[in-house]
Amino acid sequence: MAQAVPADRKWWSGGKSPFNVEYGKLMMWYFLMSDTFTFGAFLISYGTIRFSSNSWPDANHVFNSFPFAGHANLPLAFVSLMTFILIMSSVTMVLAVHEGHHMNRKGVIKWLAWTIVGGLAFLGCQAWEWTHLYHQGAWWGSNPFPNANGSVASSNFANFFFTITGFHGFHVFSGVIINVIVLIMTIKGAFDKRGHYLMVEKAGLYWHFVDLVWVFVFLCFYLI
Amino acid sequence: MEHQHHTTSPEVTVHHHPAEGTKRIWKTFWVLLIITIIELGLGLLMYATSFPPFINIVIKGVIIILSLAKAFYIVSIFMHLGDELRNMIMTIVVPLLLFVWFIGAFLWDGDSYKNLRNTYDPHHKEQTTKPAAKPAAAPHDAQKPGEHN
Repeated sequence: MAQAVPADRKWWSGGKSPFNVEYGKLMMWYFLMSDTFTFGAFLISYGTIRFSSNSWPDANHVFNSFPFAGHANLPLAFVSLMTFILIMSSVTMVLAVHEGHHMNRKGVIKWLAWTIVGGLAFLGCQAWEWTHLYHQGAWWGSNPFPNANGSVASSNFANFFFTITGFHGFHVFSGVIINVIVLIMTIKGAFDKRGHYLMVEKAGLYWHFVDLVWVFVFLCFYLI
Repeated sequence: MEHQHHTTSPEVTVHHHPAEGTKRIWKTFWVLLIITIIELGLGLLMYATSFPPFINIVIKGVIIILSLAKAFYIVSIFMHLGDELRNMIMTIVVPLLLFVWFIGAFLWDGDSYKNLRNTYDPHHKEQTTKPAAKPAAAPHDAQKPGEHN
């Protein structure tokens, strides 16, 4: 679905966007690329420390609880729910962007509201998980979970877990704030007045990025 | 034929023709969901069985490749990067090649540090390979966060 652009168009002679992307949207892309390196640096430092350790706690033994399930051993179950919530909210966001392309204010409001609900649900899940781990004795500088080989683990595991999921959770939180602001602007008709819903697209880019980061946090902490 | 829009921005852009339906979005959703379910299945398979380490590494490699596929679908379809001009895509994608060096060099460094330490620090090697005398789990009333490191 690449765009068709006339071959003789002189893109670089000034006054035009050679990339055919509005300035703010292009800068959002470059911000997200820089943020990719921030998260990448976090996850790679986690990997470096893990590779330098003789053993590491087993995620299946750490993350095996579910709300209201008591002491049932349910590895990966809760984080699967969190992943599903975030994928769903990514879908509702792209549907909001889609309605924005068609200048359908009601549709944008509906899907943006659902995206905010999904973001809040994810934050609620993360709050529960952090609280649960805290009551098990895990926090920055404190890790009760033994290594997979049975030896006593350092606090590295807990430090990286809370720092990286915390940094991601902060991105989710700020994404929800941005979505709420864009929703209020949509309700007030600001984008109909402007003649385009580019702001919804830019908020959408940020929101999808949050989902994208979760793919790798999920991979690095829970799956491998 | 060409529409100029974005009246508030000074530069000229050519109108994107928006997709009519939402079929592509939902198809991508199902792809992401199915890949995630396969990843979970592989993760639980490693948990439920005890394969030799080599097989586990292969399974983890497959899970990493599946995650990269998910990332491709999110960026290309949900973020519409696949619909942009090729030059614009390249300014985003090419810098990411730095990750090839970034990941390789740092994981290699971590592994090298582990091997050197095991060679020259027998005490450390013993402490991190022998099982603890009793489960190390301690509630917060026995051990406040930050006191122990």
